[in-house]
Amino acid sequence: MKISENWLQEWVNPGVSIEDLVEKITMAGLEVDGVEAVAGEFTGVVVGEIIAIEQHPDADKLRVCQVAGGDEIVQVVCGAPNARTGIKIPFATVGAVLPGDSPKGFKIKKAKLRGVESFGMLCAEQELGLSDANEGLMELAGDAPVGINLRDYLDLDDTVIEVDLTPNRADCLSVAGIARDVGVIYECDVVAPLIAPVKPQIDDRLAIDIEAGADCPRYVGRIIRGVDVGQPSPLWMQEKLRRSGIRSIDAVVDVTNYVLLELGQPMHAFDLRSLEGGIRVRHAQESEKMTLLDGQELELQAGTLVIADHQRPVALAGIMGGEATAVKPTSQDIFLEAAFFAPVKLAGRARAYGLHTDSSHRFERGVDYQLQVPAIERATQLLLDIVGGQPGPIIELVSSDIPIAAEIELRAARIKKLLGLDIERNEVTGILTRLGLTVTTTDQGWIVVAPSWRFDIAIEADLLEEIARIYGYNRLPVTRIHSDLALQAKTETKTGLRAIRRQLVARGYQEAITYCFIEPKAQQLVCPQDDTVALTNPISSDMAVMRTSLWPGLLGVMEHNLNRQQSRIRLFESGLRFIPNGDDLPKQDAMLAGAITGRREPESWSENGELVDFYDLKGDLESVLALSGLGNNTDLVFLAGEHPALHPGQTAAICYQGKTVGYVGTIHPLLQKKMGFAQPIYLFEVELSAITSAELPKFTELSKFPEVRRDLAILLERGIEANSVLNAVREVAGDELRNLRLFDIYEGKGIDLKEKSLALGLTYQHSSRTLNEDEVNASVERVVSQLQQRFGATLR
Amino acid sequence: MENLESLANEARTAIASAEDPAALDQVRVDYLGKKGSITGLLKGLGKLSAEARPAAGAEINQVKQALQESIAERKDILEGAAVAEKLAAETIDITLSGRGQATGGLHPVTRTIERIADFFEAIGFETVEGPEIEDDYHNFEALNIPAHHPARAMHDTFYIDESTVLRTHTSPVQVRVMESSEPPLKIICPGRVYRCDSDLTHTPMFHQVEGLLISENSSFADLKGIVEEFLRVFFEKELAVRFRPSYFPFTEPSAEVDIQCVMCNGEGCRVCSQTGWLEVMGCGMVHPRVFEYSNIDTEKFTGFAFGMGVERLAMLRYGVNDLRLFFENDLRFLEQFR
Repeated sequence: MKISENWLQEWVNPGVSIEDLVEKITMAGLEVDGVEAVAGEFTGVVVGEIIAIEQHPDADKLRVCQVAGGDEIVQVVCGAPNARTGIKIPFATVGAVLPGDSPKGFKIKKAKLRGVESFGMLCAEQELGLSDANEGLMELAGDAPVGINLRDYLDLDDTVIEVDLTPNRADCLSVAGIARDVGVIYECDVVAPLIAPVKPQIDDRLAIDIEAGADCPRYVGRIIRGVDVGQPSPLWMQEKLRRSGIRSIDAVVDVTNYVLLELGQPMHAFDLRSLEGGIRVRHAQESEKMTLLDGQELELQAGTLVIADHQRPVALAGIMGGEATAVKPTSQDIFLEAAFFAPVKLAGRARAYGLHTDSSHRFERGVDYQLQVPAIERATQLLLDIVGGQPGPIIELVSSDIPIAAEIELRAARIKKLLGLDIERNEVTGILTRLGLTVTTTDQGWIVVAPSWRFDIAIEADLLEEIARIYGYNRLPVTRIHSDLALQAKTETKTGLRAIRRQLVARGYQEAITYCFIEPKAQQLVCPQDDTVALTNPISSDMAVMRTSLWPGLLGVMEHNLNRQQSRIRLFESGLRFIPNGDDLPKQDAMLAGAITGRREPESWSENGELVDFYDLKGDLESVLALSGLGNNTDLVFLAGEHPALHPGQTAAICYQGKTVGYVGTIHPLLQKKMGFAQPIYLFEVELSAITSAELPKFTELSKFPEVRRDLAILLERGIEANSVLNAVREVAGDELRNLRLFDIYEGKGIDLKEKSLALGLTYQHSSRTLNEDEVNASVERVVSQLQQRFGATLR
Repeated sequence: MENLESLANEARTAIASAEDPAALDQVRVDYLGKKGSITGLLKGLGKLSAEARPAAGAEINQVKQALQESIAERKDILEGAAVAEKLAAETIDITLSGRGQATGGLHPVTRTIERIADFFEAIGFETVEGPEIEDDYHNFEALNIPAHHPARAMHDTFYIDESTVLRTHTSPVQVRVMESSEPPLKIICPGRVYRCDSDLTHTPMFHQVEGLLISENSSFADLKGIVEEFLRVFFEKELAVRFRPSYFPFTEPSAEVDIQCVMCNGEGCRVCSQTGWLEVMGCGMVHPRVFEYSNIDTEKFTGFAFGMGVERLAMLRYGVNDLRLFFENDLRFLEQFR
């Protein structure tokens, strides 16, 4: 909402600087977004008139004008296309200073343009800092007095205040509304223009039927016959509209817009002769058609509230009028309308048609439900002064759905409880009364009734807010943090995400955060097996589906950085992935994912350029699992697995309590190629919930007896997984096996091509005595025979 | 006994000129060994008279002991030199970088969320998370934002279907906690939120931290106290804070919180649009209707909620001037927050 300071001062004048006013109303909840002078700084500009004009002898685009307005008629060279004899324009005389880049401004001097002398400059709006219009000269009204200072003529020593109003303060979407709050804040009088009922001169009435009384609790109209729409609206009105960002159209439209800005009541005027029969306020039928004022053709949705005549809809109620019944330059008789539409019924309607108007903005938030008659009277008064005509009587229909101001109780105890404020009762009474509320004091506090314009006040909390707001939020007491020391027990059986993140960071990983909505193509490429959740209104086609994996995002980050000369990248991300779940909300699991590529260590004198492989990534992941005491042979195991994005021979499924909770592996060479990566990438992803439950450590007695170690080298088929070998050893080695290590693997020269050699280290220890040789030998024999039976392994 | 004197001199010279431990040991064998020349003198004592024997023996032993000491001294010198030589040969360039992995880093958004959570966890708030795809009820309705409420237009919502949205704020987590737990409650809810808006100052996904405290006696004064303290601690700075009346459907009274601009100390600069103030948080007393939706007794309990934009705080704290950098994940950016 933009209003001019001068206009506001006609209503209320606290006699303070603009800075003070802006600060105070902002701190009372009417946030000022900007304050701007109506015009740039300039002096020496008068209303000029072009008396005569001729072509410049040496320049096609320039003309030589004789201009009145200064001390004498002078010659001015001008390039504007609309320069012509008889028009009145802003005339910067020699010595004038216009807004310019330098702080001193731009001084107008005598000049010679292509050999012709020029004494001054004719101005466009932009050159005076009035607007961005720069197409031609600003044309002033025909009756503008020549020679008068332009600042005085247009009342340009004014400021526009832009207030960013919150949805609850629709009562301030008018000069009247802001003036009321200024009056309350500064405790000064608000003077509204006198609105006296206009005496009807004719008795013409229009038939009005309200078929949708709940949507339109009040409808007020009036016929005015014999208007002259050709009369322009006065300069003061045009200027006030302009300062609020509204262009002057014609006197009738200007007056309805003026009343909208002044009082906050949206209005509409119909060409009476275009209306067939009378007015019907009703719901549209499915597929009814109408053309709006702006030329847009609409097919109406059933249930939309319309103003119709006896033939067709003539306006989208509370949103915009129709073209067919609009006031035209030739209109002689008009029908003025001011209605109150119920906000809940109108809410969302304009949006449903892709519309947003000054009118819909106000009706959706609420309009004073008793403002319609005064608004019609005010508009009539203004119109008669400009376009003349004979007014008919006011026609008013009110349904039982018109709001009734409720009595609201405010308890003194609640002020203390919710605001922490001790405040004198008469101070509260004073604030409420100044706000226009009807106040009755009781033992407990107050019973109030809100005025019709404060339709937002309905419950006690609304009153608390009003008191806080007018008393001043920053004057309200502050209580320092205090605690009753009831501390919550902190669990030790859960590994926090914080610890996991730090572990990865310590191992050289950089955290990334990528968008949860991704390109369907990338999603399809990496996880073709997954159904996805799609957005109905994505911001762009490359952010259209919700990720089912964090990998597409991380691969995108890889690509971004590989393209920027980074060749060693280690990334992780934690966040949700989204899986469709029938009619329920999608499944949303917190995941942890990582991706690495490039050298094992940062390039350095101490490394030899070795590149990372599957086992680097797995080692990093295992270090994270170790935080929760997880790893192979616990509840969590790595099994040979398959994933469309991964190399079929280098993929492990991560299984937790028998359920697959993630994957780790090498990017599939075909995917790598499709995505244009020159080097392989290693990826892991795992459900966070599977790796965060930790065991509380439990102490076991340390053995005082010596350890015995036996090493075995065995030959067996290459395809046999190490883990099954180790499990087989553990099965038979006995309770005294304390530690089992696979400390070497050999394939190649000296052994069969189909075989590999594994070196196992078995460490034995007994908790309460020294083991003897025979016991250890027996265990080793059991192991060797188990491996031979199970895998056909032989000792090397 | 002149022989003793000359042998001793000879031995002393040999000790002094021994260049390595092996040569020195040879000197010891030659003079003091079983067949050594000085040892030989002891063996010759028998030829002397019984009266002369003790004195001569003592004299020889004295010389022997002195020579042993000289040998030990010389040995220390020779071994010390060998160690020094070895150490000199083993000297390394200690300015070379250490071996192994470089350290990674947290994303600045995570870093900021952790900083925020540290404050609130220290005063007894519990961190809670919730779904990012939400139903209309939790994201809007239960927060007193019914269908077509004008406040919905402020939210630029992403839709999955008519009644399912990407959460536009972290406030629905509050609703879920109020549904499942009994007050008193002290929670913060950090997380990703989504709005259909993308330009210089908006990304379609960003992060918020929401806080909620419900007890039998929490007031706006407590809210002001917590918020002021948090901002002072977060920015490690005494700074002016002001509360400005505002509107959120789920709180009343509602306030926007401004801090004195941390870039210009309130002098006025580009970051604060010359106002000297920066809007950093929204807050207010929980609206009675929100309590009613979650069946909390509005007479018994009062509460307040607050919410802040994480990227905004991170930008102010670390001087980041372009919001979009947060989600580009350029390593040159991320690595600045190690």
